[in-house]
Parts: sequence; C-alpha cells; structure tokens
Amino acid sequence: MSRAPRSADARRDWGSDESGTSVMHVDMDAFFASCELARRPELKGLPVIVGGRERGVVLAATYEARAFGVRSAMSMTAALRLCPQAVVVPPDHRLYQEVSRSIMGMIGEITAIVEQVSIDEAFLDVSGARRRLGPPTVIGARLRERVQQAHGVTCSVGIARNKFLAKLASTHAKPDGMLLVPDAASVPFLRTLPVGALWGVGEKTEQALARWGITTVAQLADTDVPTLQAAVGQVAGAHLHDLAWGRDHRPVVAGREERSIGNETTFDVDQRDLVVVERRLLELADKVAARLRGQGLVGRTVALKVRTNDFRTLTRSRTLDGSTDVAREIYRVARELLAAVDLQGLPVRLVGVRVENLQARAGTAEQPTLEEASAERPAAQREAELALDAVRQRFGRSAIGLGFGGVFGDARDQEGRLEAPRHAPAG
Amino acid sequence: MKFRVERDVLADAVTWTARTLPTRPPAPVLAGVRIEADPSGVIGLSSFDYEVSARSEIPAEVAEPGTVLVSGRLLAEIARALPHKPVDVTLEGTKVVVTCGASRFTLLTMPVEDYPTLPQMPELSGTVSGDALTHAVAQVSVAASRDETLPLLTGVRMEIEGERITLLSTDRYRLALRELTWTPTTPDFSAVALVKARTLTDVAKSLGSGGGLVNIGLSTGNGLDLIGFEAGGRHTTSQLVDGDYPAVRRLFPDATPIHAVVPTQALIDAARRVALVAERNTPIRLAFTDGQVVLDAGQGDDAQASEALEAVLVGEDITVAFNPQFLLDGLTALGTDFTRLSFTHPNKPVEFTGQESLDGEDSSEYRYLLVPIRFAG
Repeated sequence: MSRAPRSADARRDWGSDESGTSVMHVDMDAFFASCELARRPELKGLPVIVGGRERGVVLAATYEARAFGVRSAMSMTAALRLCPQAVVVPPDHRLYQEVSRSIMGMIGEITAIVEQVSIDEAFLDVSGARRRLGPPTVIGARLRERVQQAHGVTCSVGIARNKFLAKLASTHAKPDGMLLVPDAASVPFLRTLPVGALWGVGEKTEQALARWGITTVAQLADTDVPTLQAAVGQVAGAHLHDLAWGRDHRPVVAGREERSIGNETTFDVDQRDLVVVERRLLELADKVAARLRGQGLVGRTVALKVRTNDFRTLTRSRTLDGSTDVAREIYRVARELLAAVDLQGLPVRLVGVRVENLQARAGTAEQPTLEEASAERPAAQREAELALDAVRQRFGRSAIGLGFGGVFGDARDQEGRLEAPRHAPAG
Repeated sequence: MKFRVERDVLADAVTWTARTLPTRPPAPVLAGVRIEADPSGVIGLSSFDYEVSARSEIPAEVAEPGTVLVSGRLLAEIARALPHKPVDVTLEGTKVVVTCGASRFTLLTMPVEDYPTLPQMPELSGTVSGDALTHAVAQVSVAASRDETLPLLTGVRMEIEGERITLLSTDRYRLALRELTWTPTTPDFSAVALVKARTLTDVAKSLGSGGGLVNIGLSTGNGLDLIGFEAGGRHTTSQLVDGDYPAVRRLFPDATPIHAVVPTQALIDAARRVALVAERNTPIRLAFTDGQVVLDAGQGDDAQASEALEAVLVGEDITVAFNPQFLLDGLTALGTDFTRLSFTHPNKPVEFTGQESLDGEDSSEYRYLLVPIRFAG
C-alpha cells in the first residue's frame, strides 16, 4: 500500500492522446485485504486489517480502515488504537500467492514485456500490443474488468510515457481507477505534485530541499541543477531534476518475478537470549531453503533482518562465493550476520532471513567445503535436506527438523555458541 | 624527559611500533605510543590493543629520563617527515616538543598513568630462521579465512613437536599445511597454538625479513595464553585465539591414484589469461589427458577462452574445475618450478605439492588442498 503523497489537483482528466504512452503500471488495491473480502463478502464496507493479531504488523488494510489512519507496516497495537472496531484477519499467503499468479497470468497475455515488482504490482510495455488489443486505455480497462470478474478484487492502472510517470499515475488513480497521463501532459501533471511524490524523496531529502525553499515539483523543476546538487548531493540532485521534468530512461525489464525468498517471525515475547534467536534463525533458514529447493532456485546473497523492541529495524546482507539452497549454509551466514549486529543490548522482537540474487540451480557452479567434498557421498548436507523435504511431504512440516554436527560445526560448538544446552531459568 | 636520537632510527622504530595501532581504539589511550627514556641511554617505544603488543628499543642520548604517551599515528607521520638530522624530543608541561633542524612540532600528551601494562614477553621456547618463518607463514596464511565471524578459522594453527613446526590454516574451501624446522630450547618441546593469521603474517614480515634469527616464546595453559616473537631489539606479543581447531589433517587423501605435473609459472600465466573471461568466482576447468592439460573458462553465449599446456599425467584422464582465485593462490604460494596435482576423483579435494623437476619426486614440506567446483545437475 503506497504511502506516497498525492495531490488532489493531479487526479483529473489530463486528456486522451495516447500516442507515446506505452508504459502501464498495474497496482492491486489493498491487495491482501481485497483477497480476504472477496472470499468473505460479509466484511465488505467494514474496516478490515490483515496481519497477525498478537504483536503483528499491518500487512494491508481496507480503505475503510485507512480512513482511520491505519497504514501498512504499522504495529497492530497502534492500528487497533486508531481503529478499535477493525476486523483483524490473519494473513493467508497461499491465497494471495494464488490470486497474484492468476492475475500476473492475465497480464502476461497482454505482452511478454512484464516486470513484476512485487506480489501485487507490475509494469508492462504495451507498445507491441496496440495493434492486436487497441490503445493502452482499452487494454487497461479490459484488464481491470477481467481481474474484478475473476477474483472480485480491484486494481488501479496508470498509463504514461515511462515507468516513473506510470507509477505516479496509478497512485493518483487509486482506488479502483485508471489514469492516463498523455505525453504532452507529463510536465504539467508533475508540476501539481509535492516533492515527496518523487521516487527517492524521503523525509531526509524532503527536509534538505525544504531548507532551500523547495516543496513542490514545480519549484524543483525550476531550480538549476548545481543548486539542487548543493542541497541533496551530486547524483541525487541531477536525478531529481530529471524526474521533475518527467525524464526516466529505465526500460520495462521482463521476467524479474521472484527476486528473493524470505521468511520472518515475531517472537511471542521479546527475546533476550541470543541462543533462542539463533534457533529461530535456523528454523527460518530451513523454511527458506526448502522453498528455494521447491522452486529449483539457488541464491548468492543472504540477508538478515532484526527488529529490536524499540522498533529499530536492522538489515545486513552478505554475498557468498557461490549460490546455495542449503539451510545449514544460509543459517551459518545469517548467524554470522546476527553476531555482527549491534543490538545495543535490546531484546529482539522480530527476525527474518532472506535469500536474494536468485537463479535457476541447474548448471550453476557450487564451491563445496572440504568437509562436504570429503564426505562419503557428495553434498551430504544438501542430500540430507532433500531427504527432509521428502519426509515433510509425507508427514507434514513439523515432522522433522534440522540438527547440527560435522567438523566445522563441532569447531563452533566448542565456543559454546551453537549447541550449548542453555535452558531458560524457571520462573 | 629529554633525549636526542638519530632520525632514521626513530622513524623506523616508531613506524614499526605504531603499525598495529587500532584505527578505532576501544579507549583513547590505546591510540598512543608510550615512550620511555631510560637513563642507560635506551628509548623504549610500546603499543598495545589488549590483544597484540609491540615494543622496540633504540639507543639515544638521554638527558632526562621520563615516560610519556603520545598519539602513535601522529608521531609516526612526523618522524617520517623529518629532515635527516638528529632529533630532539623534550617534554614541556603537557606537550612533547620534537625538534629536528629547523622543524619544530608539538604533540599533546595523553595520561600515561591510564595506559595498560604490557604483557611480559613469554620465556624463550626456541629460535627459527627469520627468512624460513616469513616464507612459511606467507604460504600458509593464503588459506586462512578472512571472515572475522569465524574466529577459529582466521587463525594459523602451530603444532610444535621437538624440532618440527607444522603450520595449518583453512577457510573451509582449501587447506594449507607447511612444515619447517626450528631449534627448541628443550629437544622434547611440544606445544599447540592458534595465532591470528593477520598478526602472524605481519610479525613474520616485520621481524623475519632482516634475515637473522627470530626468538619465539610461548606461554600456554597458565591463564593468559600468549605467543611472543623477538628479533633485533623488537618484540611483539599476541594473545592466542581461543578454541579447538577442527581436525583438518585427516582431510588430506590417503591415496591418490592419479597425478599430474605441470610447470608452475606456465600454469599460473595460462590460468590468469583464461580467467579474464570468467566472471568473478566462475570456475576454470582443467582437463588433463596424456601429455597435456587444457584450461578453459566461460560458458554458453558468454566469452570463452582456452589454452593448452604440456603436462605429465600418471593415471586416468581427469577433468576438474576450480575457483580461479583459489587455484592461483595455491600455485603462487608453492614457489617451486613444477607443481604436482594429486587426484582421487573429480569432485574430491585435489592436493597441490611442489617439485623441482618434471619427472622428480614431490616435496611434502608444503601441501595445499583445494576442493573443486561442482556443477549442479
């Protein structure tokens, strides 16, 4: 759910000339919440929040809930303080995944040049589809109708000359709308917006620009580049000036669907014992690795996310020598990243493990460790985890978990970090 | 405190002493170098970061004895910049004044009473040739891990049995082992120590390169485990890394039915050329057949390169793939005219040893074990 500032002035008819506007941005409206409403119509018209009830965060909220100030990524406690009457629905990622896949399939029928940005958002370049399917507004209207009919959820569509403008257009079309920004209207459209609407302008940049008296895109566009660079830095200054004039040369890049796989959990009670946190990391690494193997993918970058009880979120990542889909390896890196994080003595509220830099496993080169290579059978650890996958398929997820062992594992055990049998004191 | 010292002598000693100073010291005084002027005509310079200590002694004309603590980095930079004339160092109030010819610098002193006591140099355990130590440490440390979060593997393990020192290191993908001889104080001397590879490399370079003998002292098992190195009026102590090193020696293969011998420099040059087309960390393949080895890299639509070299092969044809950097590290560390690669299976670790001629015997003094890259099916 976008929190980018909008402008009431921008939401109007900018004309109907569709020449030179082939980039379309499709964005589902309050996607998770809409999916829930579609299967539970009795909730329609109510403020509905998707997220974990106990200590969770808001993943999505209906527009009725947003009217109370509920926003995504807000803690559930804060959201319920703003809107105590809200209906809280636990997330069902499998359902969202299914609906998303189906909708992305429909988009894929329009053109092959689809860049899926996330589960509920995609850019497409429809220049090649015009002759077959008509002008972009016709394509957009038909897609919106199909999505609504098939899944009972709505989406908003922005059409413009480039990705940056198309995204702004869909933001201003929300909810359940479509906005065309004709090529000639690009600059006038931008000039109605506050600077915060530009990509890359967060709170800090906004403040830096405000010090120079720049609060609107129009003012930004009329400021010379050296002044902007003095305000926000060399690269950002030039970049923002380009954006203010509607210049964005990034093409729509097809096929970047699953760019990372990750899992995270919030502890029931804020956790001070790092051994418990490490255990949870192992479980998460196990889940992530199983998902990677399930999709035939391997990843080269392991990222760790930690949130302390003051809601400070830290992310750290490391790129490995080779790609992996092995839980033990992912865990090892995640644990090292955790060890290097300065928690400032605060208990941990949430941890997450993510693997990025994904590619298909077939044909990739792997650098095994001495221990793996010296084992009787090659890739012993991976084989063991494949066996886990098989057991789980038959007996369920919780049937079996990962353990520790081996030469290097033992070495670390000696430091008392992995397997030291520490029990929480009673009471 | 007041003394006069030769410029070069001072610059060398300060540079050496200050070289291990931490960039971000845990306490401000640890950024300092302590200067002690002894009435006997000796200046002692010390640095310490609670893990590694360094101390050097140089001759000087001491007019007034005393002890001060000043910023090590600043003093080292000043000493190197001074003209080639005698240097006068005087404490005036809370400032140290350095005068040399027409140049004059003042440095603020730090509270010397807050400076920690340096650990004692452990009692002498034995002596080793500086050159041999430098070479051996360089060969082994290539395989040590640089990942600070695996502290055990950032160390070099020293196993000492009588006259033999064995150095071992591994980053889990390769393993290096080097044997060298030394002269222990007692013939049945026996000890095991794990020293940070970075520290050991630095010590071996800075103390061993003089060509003389290096004294080594080890104190283990009595609270603080410490190793000390001493040569030419300088000594360094380092805390040992704590923990049990994995049992890695057993990873060397017992028997290798296949081996190949290749001229080392030609293989290094060829590997460097072929690696040009390989993206970082994508493997180089080595295909050994009777009389030659063909190196190639790059796949599919990407750029490709290949090169053939003469080689002696004993046993069946074999093809292995390596991370180019790991391969080059081992070949470069060997330092012999010819390299023997011993195989058991394309996916099993390959042992690299050196030999002096194409048809000679290999030396087991240095062994580099490297795991080949595998391709997922």
